Amino acid sequence: MQEIKRKYVVPGDKIIDGNFRPLLNVIRVGDSIISTRIGIAESGRDGIKVIPLSGVYIPRVNDIVIGKIIDHSSLSWEVDINSCFSAHLPAQDIFGRDFSPARDDMNKQLAIGDLITARIVAFDRTRDPMLTVQDRDLGRIPRGELLKISATRVPRLIGKRGSMIQTIEQATQTRILIGQNGLIVVTSRSSEGIQLAVKAIRMVEEEAHTANLTQRVKALLNVPDTTTAALSSLPQQEVAQSSSSFSPSLSQNNRKDEKVEETESTIEEVEEEIEENVEKGEKV
Amino acid sequence: MSQIKNLIDDQGKRTDGRTAEQLREIKIAVGIIKNADGSAFIEFGKNKIIVAVYGPREVHPKHMALPDRCILRCRYHMSPFSTDTRKNPAPSRREVEISKVMREALEPALMLEDYPRAAIDVYVEVLQADGGSRCAGIAAASVALADAGINMCDIVAACAAGKVDDKIVLDINDTEDKEGGADMPVAYMPHLDQVTLLQLDGILTAEQFNECLDMAIKGCKMVYQIQKQALMHKYFGNETELKEESQ
Repeated sequence: MQEIKRKYVVPGDKIIDGNFRPLLNVIRVGDSIISTRIGIAESGRDGIKVIPLSGVYIPRVNDIVIGKIIDHSSLSWEVDINSCFSAHLPAQDIFGRDFSPARDDMNKQLAIGDLITARIVAFDRTRDPMLTVQDRDLGRIPRGELLKISATRVPRLIGKRGSMIQTIEQATQTRILIGQNGLIVVTSRSSEGIQLAVKAIRMVEEEAHTANLTQRVKALLNVPDTTTAALSSLPQQEVAQSSSSFSPSLSQNNRKDEKVEETESTIEEVEEEIEENVEKGEKV
Repeated sequence: MSQIKNLIDDQGKRTDGRTAEQLREIKIAVGIIKNADGSAFIEFGKNKIIVAVYGPREVHPKHMALPDRCILRCRYHMSPFSTDTRKNPAPSRREVEISKVMREALEPALMLEDYPRAAIDVYVEVLQADGGSRCAGIAAASVALADAGINMCDIVAACAAGKVDDKIVLDINDTEDKEGGADMPVAYMPHLDQVTLLQLDGILTAEQFNECLDMAIKGCKMVYQIQKQALMHKYFGNETELKEESQ
């Protein structure tokens, strides 16, 4: 497929003429592919897409989200997932198939105000998102600092194969859970670590579309520029401990990130690719 | 219509010193309201308007929700201090009408079917009015909607044209609106080449109508460039092109 030059677009901008497949945030008008969002237009695996730079979270099946329990009926919890659709978590998902509204107390498992990590199992135009916590690392989040960022910044915060979030976690000695819906929970034993991590996350959110962000985040966190140096500067025991405690969430994030990369290559992926290629003296 | 003075002088200059085909100075700032999903502030001559967009979000009351698409709600409101004499803050007949035409001018550009059972709210608050506030409001609302990340097939630009001293002029101001012969606000999608709003207050001949419409569309295209520039500035700073392959 012919590669197009990546460019900045606003809604209505013509990206390219010709027989290309419209992928994400683009439409076909006549013979042209038109952008429908503000963002960066590029050619995907088999078509044209725009990586958006603004917008609210629209649920997608298999997204891992962080939600807040806002209500429950006799059969399900209602969960706020930072979207225009509130999600539902069936009580049977937690109590099992022999759940009885008369016998089981739903408040004992998840009370109003609790935070959960969940996966979206079903969502389409006709019904609200359905959640499940039946998977590894899903379920109630016991403690942590809740943050909200734009959902369009999540891939940037995770970074290529989790590089950005790992940098922040290791430098601040925190554990960071990220939902695809833009909700983030930061936990740590030290409040300074949380504060620093929050600062770094905010920086990523505000400067998501700019180049060399990883270097600036490292500068903010006083991390030497190479990852190996960053690791060696930390006490080995702590790193091991943090890695092991982080691994579930990270592995989750990484898996998710890989999926994101597969379906819609993210800003940072391309940027890092550019940086790498520029180093190699190659063209993207 | 009785005219109290010449609105165009011997040199062809208008009351504010513009030529017939000149727009007033336009400035647009994007993302000025943190709590909103998208926002814009426009200065269109002496007009000063803030627009805030919320959504897509849950519809309240729920019975208003549509099963197949999103609903768009617009509220055009003039502040009590926006005019020479105090304006009653309660919604007037004119404001209700402008809210409606504004919604209808924006709807064709929005891909509302992408957000079923949701609502998008657009609040247009006029801080200072000087004629052409609906066009300025539409232009700012369109930018704010793009800032909110709502799927749009084009940006709606808006500009008025009119008849002053039997001459067709672009972007008429308050005095020209009151004393002139006709006022024609137009909203237009430049890429799709479609008109989404066309109103006319006054009397024009068929030739004058065509000339007026052409001039308004020309004005819309100029307004579009400013809208686009404002959006690009907010998201990409002063860069106009992605500098990835420069090295």
